[in-house]
Amino acid sequence: MAEMRSRDGVQLHRFPGGLLLDDHKAMATQRPVEKAPLPKELVIPLQQHIGEPAMPIVEVGEHVLGGQPIAEAQGHISALVHATSSGTVKEITERLIPHPSGLTAPCVVIETDGKDEFVSPEPLDGWQQAEPAAIHQHVRNAGIVGLGGAAFPTDIKLTADEFLQIDRLILNGAECEPYICCDDMLMRERAEEVISGALVMLRALATERCQLAIEDNKPEAEQALRDAIKQADAADHIELVIVPSVYPEGGEKQLIQVLTGKEVPSDGLPIDIGIVCHNVGTAAAVHRAVVNGTPLVSRFVAVTGGGVREPRVLDSRIGTPFATLIESAGGALDSAVRLLMGGPMMGFAIRDDSVPVIKATNCILLATDDEIRPAKEPMPCIRCGECAQVCPASLLPQQLYWHTRAREMDKVEDYDIFDCIECGCCDVVCPSHIPLASHFRFAKTEIWGKEAERARADIARQRYEARQERIEKEKREQEERRQRKKKMLDNLDREKSKKDEIKAAMERAKQKKREKQEGKD
Amino acid sequence: MLTAIAVIAGLAAAFGVVLGFAAVRFRVEEDPVVDQIDAILPQTQCAQCGYPGCRPYAEAIANGEADINQCPPGGEAGIRALAELLDREPKPLSEEHGVEKPKMLAIIDEETCIGCTLCIQACPVDAIVGAAKQMHTVIDDECTGCELCVAPCPVDCIDMVPVKTTLQNWKWPEPEKFYAPGSPLAEEERDPEHDTRVNPTREAGHG
Amino acid sequence: MHYGVSPAPHLKPQTSVTKVMLQVLIALVPATLASVWYFGWGIMVQMLIATVFAVTAETLMLIARDRPLKPFIYDFSAVVTAVLLAFAVPPTAPWWLVAIGVVFAIIFAKHLYGGLGYNPFNPAMAGYVVLLISFPQEMTVWLAPEQLVFDEQRLSLYETLVTIFAGSFPAGVNVDAVTAATPLDAMRTGLANNQTVQEIRSNPLFGDFGGLGWEWIGNYIAIGGLWLMYRRVIRWQIPFGVIMGVGVPAVAFYFLDPGTHAGAPFHIFSGATLLCAFFIATDPVSAATTEKGRLIYGFCIGLLIYIIRSWGGYPDAVAFAVLLMNMAVPLIDHYTRPRTYGHAR
Repeated sequence: MAEMRSRDGVQLHRFPGGLLLDDHKAMATQRPVEKAPLPKELVIPLQQHIGEPAMPIVEVGEHVLGGQPIAEAQGHISALVHATSSGTVKEITERLIPHPSGLTAPCVVIETDGKDEFVSPEPLDGWQQAEPAAIHQHVRNAGIVGLGGAAFPTDIKLTADEFLQIDRLILNGAECEPYICCDDMLMRERAEEVISGALVMLRALATERCQLAIEDNKPEAEQALRDAIKQADAADHIELVIVPSVYPEGGEKQLIQVLTGKEVPSDGLPIDIGIVCHNVGTAAAVHRAVVNGTPLVSRFVAVTGGGVREPRVLDSRIGTPFATLIESAGGALDSAVRLLMGGPMMGFAIRDDSVPVIKATNCILLATDDEIRPAKEPMPCIRCGECAQVCPASLLPQQLYWHTRAREMDKVEDYDIFDCIECGCCDVVCPSHIPLASHFRFAKTEIWGKEAERARADIARQRYEARQERIEKEKREQEERRQRKKKMLDNLDREKSKKDEIKAAMERAKQKKREKQEGKD
Repeated sequence: MLTAIAVIAGLAAAFGVVLGFAAVRFRVEEDPVVDQIDAILPQTQCAQCGYPGCRPYAEAIANGEADINQCPPGGEAGIRALAELLDREPKPLSEEHGVEKPKMLAIIDEETCIGCTLCIQACPVDAIVGAAKQMHTVIDDECTGCELCVAPCPVDCIDMVPVKTTLQNWKWPEPEKFYAPGSPLAEEERDPEHDTRVNPTREAGHG
Repeated sequence: MHYGVSPAPHLKPQTSVTKVMLQVLIALVPATLASVWYFGWGIMVQMLIATVFAVTAETLMLIARDRPLKPFIYDFSAVVTAVLLAFAVPPTAPWWLVAIGVVFAIIFAKHLYGGLGYNPFNPAMAGYVVLLISFPQEMTVWLAPEQLVFDEQRLSLYETLVTIFAGSFPAGVNVDAVTAATPLDAMRTGLANNQTVQEIRSNPLFGDFGGLGWEWIGNYIAIGGLWLMYRRVIRWQIPFGVIMGVGVPAVAFYFLDPGTHAGAPFHIFSGATLLCAFFIATDPVSAATTEKGRLIYGFCIGLLIYIIRSWGGYPDAVAFAVLLMNMAVPLIDHYTRPRTYGHAR
């Protein structure tokens, strides 16, 4: 594994592939972060996280306060959902959500009352001495999920385990995807929250060491973090590592490789190699939950792109419509042709700008024609192999593509499709303009779908066989019952005939007697 | 000449022994062919193939009684898989057995149901619960969409509805589908020209 | 407000098939000019003929296969095939020779396999082999470098055109003066006549390390190739592999017996070794795709070139070597898969 050193001499490693991309971040980092206005209506989806959807615990017509839980986590991997301002629950219904499918999903719709009243905060006093389990519970109650984009419930990744030695906590501030700059602004403006959150996380994980990695294109954030570390006197625990800017370094697996030289096993998790990795935004949210006692009701969202008049980062309530945020950023220009959630590499297009901000919304990108790829039919693959050169997972995208097109899903799996992180590097370098990552997403869900179908078929087979058996058994039993009855009847008949015989014999005996008597007479 | 014959014979004997040994030593234990066929069949148990269930159909195929193109729920993909397993030519689905349809679920209109239990008796996978004179209901997760419960119902209260696409079962479309006219995601039709940029539909939306 | 949607990726692409092919053509310009300098206008005429026939064949095949014309003609892949083949035929070969070669390449080696991206064999080399086997006579009449021909005997552009289109040298041309064996031919014949390499190389046909003129064309090909590497159109593995594949055995045998084996520079700078290393073996469609696989693929091509040149029936062997290794590509790719992230070694 290739090695290198960061500016301040920290030993770093290289990950294979990757791309140097224009970052387009300066566009939205020139203006200070502002609080987005309170919309008339907040649309809060029940599933904003990976795992089971939350179950609503409010009723239509009920008055709720900001920070009040409106839906409960269901099962282990799930997250609470909170009202993000005060108002009345107007409906609990299906609404459009920001999702690549363009589908609707169950949401709680709150008509805000404009007072913006909140429940009283419940900080975990004395968290420095608190049990890890208490912090864990607090984080779960605050409904915190990974704010880097994956939205995995955070509490699950904040569990200290006596069987697993955690070597270090890695805080991911790399933010490598072009245009996205919400973490950059968060680190500039709320560095102390990030650092405090990191200390809380260390406590929850019962470990001592944290590496906070940011790319070298964020000098302002770097300075702010250095100051915050000094101020919190946390230099013994938190080490700021400046990593060179390469896309997709902010990928969890890639960042771990850069910092440690180790790879997360394909069928495992970072914790299997003693590492827990969280986003810097998540750390700030943990700080607010534990130290300030407020749940996750808002996040930083970059509203950017050539199609926005005044690109900027906004502190947005969950549930605020995209349109409201775009308005706060000066409105959309006529040249805006594409609305994306996320960056241009891993984000997805959204048709309708009425969809709400969810916990995973890091960036709203309004792109112009000059910024997006024209939709052209791709040329055939010419096997140039550039995709393999840039793949950070060392896959062979051209082979995966070939087998996906041929629907040879067993071969697709054999070529390790599930190690694809969908970063899109292969798309950018493909001279034939094949949307490779999209093909791989298709292949993955196709394989999962087939597996689910198989599982259903297996259940159906078992139930069918069980039913056949039951019917067989019923038939058998019926048959047995019939036999028994017949036998009984037969027996009855035989007994009867015996009686008859006896009777007849007795008759005969009587007869004889009578005849004898008569003969005597 | 004699040596040649001896060498050839010797080689033949040696290879024979090796092959024989290999055949015994490395024999692959395979599932009986009926199980393999049954594993491919969709287990809808709909009896459209003319047999009372998937297993009997699998047995009929294995015996050579039935053809491989009699299973509408399995569709083209199923026929191809069967053809590959049995090393036969794939053929189109036989029309007399039905047509390939999207997967459906049975829904009982609980207002109308009179609790006659006829559908419960018809269901091949026991996916309907209920008792005599009591309202019946379908267990969604276990319904195979076979439609066998529809005909017996004396009050026509069972409907077949397509399985709803939700966030949980949604699948990424193939990228080409984005360009296809009528795709749920792309409204615009394809340009005749090669440049087929999907233009924004800038109408006043309901947002 | 509603916006249009499209599948990822949303970022603009960095390159295109057209750009790739155009860069390949640009990279061939210095070598073409060098060829004109040493061997006259013939190559330009051949390129023109080849291109016209290639594009026509491509168009007809696209129509026959009901494919869109615009994207597939403007990808310039047919032109690249034509230009590479034109490099390989003698500069004064009759026009129908290159035409047959290129039409075969486009129709049989490319479109009947499914067109761009689907051809397992390098089309230019398939066309070349057809010509070499079918018309051995025409394929071996090579010109002498102009520097070896007296001024008044050199072929003019007019005479070149007449030669190409009439199929024979016009009256008044001293054929023995303007034609000569290629250095590889001369080496082969000389060695067959029990001359030593040193004796053979005293012939004015030979230059400092390869053939006169040929070595400089080779240099310009390498310059074009290095530029392609700089532009990331090709990667270093295949050219390096080919040069090593030719060079390593050449060095080894040269040290064993310098009298009967020409050294590595001669092998590398003669014939089509460098053209193969940078432009032919690097044709992405028919080459191996993994990094390790490309090294192996290149090295084996080089090795085959050396073997066929030294012990085979043909003076040069690039086409055979490339086609043979094309067949091995699926195998090479299969056994050189890189280790996926997070998987055990």
